[in-house]
Amino acid sequence: MPPVVSSLLAAFLVGGLLCLAAQLVVDLARMQPASVMVLFVSLGAVASGLGLYEPLVKFGGAGAMVPLPGFGHTLVQGIILDITRHGVVGLLGGGLEAAAMGITAAVVFGYLAAVLFNPKG
Amino acid sequence: MAMLTAAEKRIGQQTLLFHNRPVILAVGSVVGPFEGRGPLGHLFDEVTPDSLLGQKSWEQAEVKMLEKAVDIALSKARMQPGDIDVFLSGDLMNQITASCCAARTVDRPFFGVFGACSCWTEAMSLGAVLVDGGYAARAVIATSSHHNTAERQFRYPTEFGAQRPPTATWTVTGAAAAVLTAGGDGPRITHATVGRVVDIGLKDPFDLGSAMAPAAADTIVAHLRDTGRLPEDYDLIITGDLGRVGKPIATELMAEAGYNVTPVFDDCGLRIYSDDQDVHGGGSGCACSGATFAAQLWADLARGHIRRLLLVATGALFSPTTYQQGETIPGIAYAVAIEGPDGGRP
Repeated sequence: MPPVVSSLLAAFLVGGLLCLAAQLVVDLARMQPASVMVLFVSLGAVASGLGLYEPLVKFGGAGAMVPLPGFGHTLVQGIILDITRHGVVGLLGGGLEAAAMGITAAVVFGYLAAVLFNPKG
Repeated sequence: MAMLTAAEKRIGQQTLLFHNRPVILAVGSVVGPFEGRGPLGHLFDEVTPDSLLGQKSWEQAEVKMLEKAVDIALSKARMQPGDIDVFLSGDLMNQITASCCAARTVDRPFFGVFGACSCWTEAMSLGAVLVDGGYAARAVIATSSHHNTAERQFRYPTEFGAQRPPTATWTVTGAAAAVLTAGGDGPRITHATVGRVVDIGLKDPFDLGSAMAPAAADTIVAHLRDTGRLPEDYDLIITGDLGRVGKPIATELMAEAGYNVTPVFDDCGLRIYSDDQDVHGGGSGCACSGATFAAQLWADLARGHIRRLLLVATGALFSPTTYQQGETIPGIAYAVAIEGPDGGRP
């Protein structure tokens, strides 16, 4: 199997399973979307801190990074890195520093979409 | 004319009896394109080509729809806004602003009513009281709702693309209006049963059918008890927007109270969209009962296809603030009994 195919399959599998887990939470626990979002970012952060998320990213790539737990993972890894560089203040700065690209992309593309298109409802 | 005592105008605990039987002289309905593709599409007076109606916002579009519905009803009655004594309207927007803005255009004495999706029969009950009591010779009642204004107010902005669970209903984009008069030809309002607020402790804003069903059953049972009628005395008992989830619950609650309504019971939310429109729980919103009545039920009454109708619009009385704070969802339903021009059943 060519490497591109196997990495696509791995991303599909990991991302799909994460989404399946979230869907089960929505359907079975009847949680609201905002609560599910907070839950999954937090779970990703905790799993990352315990060293459990990095192997998932190595295996699933974007399948682990794009869903919400990947954001929690990015925040925690950024904090850990910044603590090693700047000490305790890294707790405050590291998370957003690591997530800056994702947040800025969301703002910029969200703005562009709002300017260029009209919502259809 | 002999003076009627309060006891003769009120029967039982919750029902008002209209001796002068106000006439629903004319009706008007306007809906959006999605509703236009539904099973009742050919019956609405106007189907707009899009849901913005050339306005800058959906909120402005909803006001425009409401104004159009009033215009249509008035023109069918051969009246101008200046001919009406009072205008009653309600909607779902915060502080019923769609109605207030439309009332600015109608420019006649105005009562704003709020009963969430029950506004249509709430306004009709109050309009009938004013006409029956001689306080207005001509009243216009109206209501509106818009899928996109309701979504962003009560749930999430539509652009967010939040998933809708199977219990969720689809707010009807549309508006309805009716001209109530003391005389003339048309279906007549004979009774109104004023609902009580019923809250069984549900909190899910994506399952309003379950929250409103007990209120609907409570009002219908109260109506039947107060009037001494049975479900079969009606050709149709139709609720506003209980949908697929709420209708069976209401049916069961009424059966527990000793009334088998099944043969004559339906829900406007199950008539306005077809199954392949994928609206999940069914249609909802003020315009669901309003536009279904104005497009289909009024004509059925006028032509004698339905001789006696009990129209029961249902409302979930919550706000985004109350449900975010964990408050339960109170429900309400107002029932209006309407008979065909020939006086209903012999």
